Amino acid sequence: MPLFGSDSKTKSSLDGLWLKCNNCGEIVYKKEVDKNLKVCPKCNYHFRMSAKEWIDILIDQNTFHELWDNIESIDPLDFKDRSRYRDKLKEAQKQAGVNDAVVTGYGTLNDMFINIGIFDFNFMGGSMGSVVGEKITRLIEKAAQEESNLLIVTSSGGARMQEGIFSLVQMAKTNAALSRLKKNKTLYLALLTDPTTGGVAASFASVADIIIAEPKALIGFAGPRVISDTIGQKLPEGFQRAEFLLEHGMIDMVIERKVIKKTITQIIRLLGNTEKKLTAS
Amino acid sequence: MIHQPLDFEKPIYELEKKIEEFRQLSASEGIDLSDEIARLEKKVKKLREETFSNLSAWKIVQLSRHPERPYTYDYIYLISNEFVEIHGDRRFKDDTAIVSGIGLLNDQRVVFIGEQKGRGSKDRVLRNFGMPHPEGYRKAMRAMDIAQKFGIPIVTFIDTPGAYPGIGAEERGQAEAISESILKLAGITVPTIGCIIGEGSSGGALAIGLVDKMFILEYAVYSVISPEGCAAILWKDQSKAPQAADALKMTADDLKRMGIADEILKEPAGGAHNDPKSMAQTIKEALISALAELKSIPADELVKNRYSRYRSMGQFREIGK
Ligand SMILES: [Zn+2]
Repeated sequence: MPLFGSDSKTKSSLDGLWLKCNNCGEIVYKKEVDKNLKVCPKCNYHFRMSAKEWIDILIDQNTFHELWDNIESIDPLDFKDRSRYRDKLKEAQKQAGVNDAVVTGYGTLNDMFINIGIFDFNFMGGSMGSVVGEKITRLIEKAAQEESNLLIVTSSGGARMQEGIFSLVQMAKTNAALSRLKKNKTLYLALLTDPTTGGVAASFASVADIIIAEPKALIGFAGPRVISDTIGQKLPEGFQRAEFLLEHGMIDMVIERKVIKKTITQIIRLLGNTEKKLTAS
Repeated sequence: MIHQPLDFEKPIYELEKKIEEFRQLSASEGIDLSDEIARLEKKVKKLREETFSNLSAWKIVQLSRHPERPYTYDYIYLISNEFVEIHGDRRFKDDTAIVSGIGLLNDQRVVFIGEQKGRGSKDRVLRNFGMPHPEGYRKAMRAMDIAQKFGIPIVTFIDTPGAYPGIGAEERGQAEAISESILKLAGITVPTIGCIIGEGSSGGALAIGLVDKMFILEYAVYSVISPEGCAAILWKDQSKAPQAADALKMTADDLKRMGIADEILKEPAGGAHNDPKSMAQTIKEALISALAELKSIPADELVKNRYSRYRSMGQFREIGK
């Protein structure tokens, strides 16, 4: 299982001990990066993390309970391009070590109860198909019903094309669930990590009560290549990065990984449900 | 008759042209060509039936984008007695790629919202090829608010290659605008009806596509991505768009079978562009009967049913269940 997913094409040539940073190009000692929460010690680049790594950072030790990990795609369109979707799924499951592109469950965060969904970019670019849509919807429904805190950590290129229209309507399904959640005091936080685009950006990721993003995360509706092809221009420096969205009023804050847990804790204390206990779920 | 035929429409077009010539000839020269014209008309009818009897997904995609196909405005004007258009999002500008307003369908008030493509090169640019910016979706949301406040049902006409991928669109929150629009439609307490009249592509279509009842025209399509886009990404070759169109299962028949669209509205022979008036009449009748059905449902039940409708969309298996 590759540690840095698509970030680490150069990993093998560097013998597993060293990493080449995607941002500054420096060769850095892997252990040092790991210790630094997968942030480049030279330039502060935030490497992508797997769902498991996020759980380790955010959720109190031994409190995470995974839910609905038995839900799997059935390849509803019997989709085949140059290879079969069902083969790609198997490959992705093996490679990413998860059943689909989102891991859902609950646990505590500094002793406060939280429902959490984390995208795993290693699994087909974090794309949303029927499985992701169903798990996110169940998580939203659970949080809304309990009036307990909800956190979704996104990292997704958008819809899962291989599931065609079923993947598109997951945007409707998740947002329909959110329209119910908004009727009570359930706190919904979104943490947008690199990248958050397409159907995930244009549904639940953009309408949380508070939206946090990681430094330099790519966030937007259309992918940068599609935009530059359409307008026939080079894109401005920093376009669609977290700082750009902050400047344009689309997100609430850009927070470094080392203080994310602290920031979320603070927000839950101010707005969230601090009463609910883990055992009650 | 058609004027800008697609490749596969050309033999039909040539015959139609010939019939037209004979008509003019017989009128100007006073020659009786009625037998010949009748023979050709029979021939063109047969040819049209053959051509349209077994269309590939790719041909249907081309029909859905036909330059002569009726657009949102055409239908609004053909089916409503009165129409008052609203403009602008009260924040940035008026996006002409989305049309919305209040109309009368017989004697019933309806809020219309639809994506609008332009006809002719100048108008096409003006309408941004039917690709809305965030302000378009925000105007649509203003129309939804009016519908909610005055208790008027909403009818949306879906016809877009997608939300516009541009710098300004991203700066002003394209993703947020689409998401908020979907969210609003999910919670609204008036009946909502959608009609996919041309190409329904990606989030830009879904933004006005969460509805109680969805109609789709016989040669319209609805998809997560255009076949060209899909082919470029998955086949790494845009010329594989016809294969992608098949694989994406994006035709009216597919969508009805998969439970995404409720009803297919049959198009006139040769497609909606051959007879916009009769197409509009079909749409009008479908809307009136759907309105009657949805208006009889209490508001809370309507919203609940709408939730269940989208809640059940998606296919997966639960191991051990
Ligand atoms: Zn670096």
